[in-house]
Parts: sequence; C-alpha cells; structure tokens
Amino acid sequence: MNGTPLSSILLVLFGSVVGSFGAVFLKLGAVRLKGFWSLLNWRLALGVSLYLGSSVFYGMGIRHGQLSVLFPMVSVGYVWTLLWARIFFQERFTRPKVLGLGLVLLGCCFVGLGS
Amino acid sequence: MSTFAARPATSENAASERHKRSLVMVCSCTLISAAAQILMKIGVAHFSMNWHALLTNVPLIAGYSLYGVFTLMMVMALREGELSLIYPIISLSYVWVTVLSYFIFHDHINLFKLAGISSIMFGVTMLGRGERK
Repeated sequence: MNGTPLSSILLVLFGSVVGSFGAVFLKLGAVRLKGFWSLLNWRLALGVSLYLGSSVFYGMGIRHGQLSVLFPMVSVGYVWTLLWARIFFQERFTRPKVLGLGLVLLGCCFVGLGS
Repeated sequence: MSTFAARPATSENAASERHKRSLVMVCSCTLISAAAQILMKIGVAHFSMNWHALLTNVPLIAGYSLYGVFTLMMVMALREGELSLIYPIISLSYVWVTVLSYFIFHDHINLFKLAGISSIMFGVTMLGRGERK
C-alpha cells in the first residue's frame, strides 16, 4: 500500500471540520444543562449528530491510503475548534495556543510529505 | 487540633487517588483509540453498501463501538482531570497507530512521519498548557 490519495486526505480534513462544529454545539448544549430532561435539547442532539457525521467522513477517508498518514491529520480538528472557540465563545488566543496550533499544522504537513 | 491536621491530608489523598485513576483511564483510552483505528481501517476496506455486508462487518462494528467507548471515556476524564496532563497523554495514540500500521498494514515509517507526529504531539501538549488558567 503506497501513497495516500488527496481525496482521502480531503475527506479526513472535511470530517475534522464537521467534528469541530459538533464540539461547538455540544458546548452550547452543555452550558444549558440543568436537570435530566435538559439532556434532550437540540443543541446536544445536533452536536452528537455532527460528531457521528464526522466519523462517517473519516471512515470514507481512511478507506484508501495509509492510516499512519491519515490518522494524524485528524489533529487539524484542534485548529478548527480553537478558531470557533475564538469566534463563537470569545476565548482568547494565548501564546501557547498559537504555538501549539502552529506545531500541529507543521506536523500534519510533515506527515503528509511522508506519504 | 489533630483532627484538623488530619482532614486536609485525607482529602489530598483522595484527590491524588482520583487523579491517578483518571491518568490510568486516559492511558488505556489511547490504547482503545488505537485499536479502534486499526479495526475501522480493516472494516472500511471490506465495506460494501448492503445490509448483510454491513451487519456482518465485525471489524467495522467493533471499531466504531470502541471509538464510541473512547469518546465517552474522554468526556469523563476531561470532566475530572487537567487538560495540561490529559492532552499530552492522548497524543500517545499517534505513536500506537503509527507502530501498529507498520506491523499490520506494512505502512512505511520515514523521517517525515516521525517528525510529523513528534511535532503534533508537542503542539497538542502546548495546547493543553494554553488552557491552564
């Protein structure tokens, strides 16, 4: 099994975007939790659905290509999540966060080159 | 006096016990996540779009189930433990998956991949630190 098709990488990356929106809606739902029945709110349901949806794209992505290339690419999800946290929840970008994101992206480029 | 002195000590013990438990849980999480990845990869290779094939695809079902277990365990661990400790440990799963892919799928390991996962692991560790208040 040699090389990893670009389409596989794009599917995994798309899955990571979908999953990061899942995290946003889980957060929106979780802050509203009060009592058992509040578990049934549309934000949590949408969050869980987006997570499940992202795993479908991920599954399609790893069908072809090397797992040792595609699995580390999931870490791009950290970048989206921090970006949405900045935009939707006004969480600040601290220096370690920016540095960490840079290293994650650099690592994904290296892993891609290793394909 | 002695009872007052004893109280903080016991609560500290209980806290460190909880702490240890959540670390062990996160470590086992990384192994579960790696196993899930391998099973999913095997499963999707045999994937075909009919009900019989889907329901008898044991690796696919097992892989996705383990992935679900992993996610639930992570949520529990993240509620209790510190992100700065949990994130670096989670990133161990990159090591397991790379090693297992080498043995099971005969993926090549090269300098780019090793540099890549090292950089990602270092980056994830930094992210965990950035969350500390």
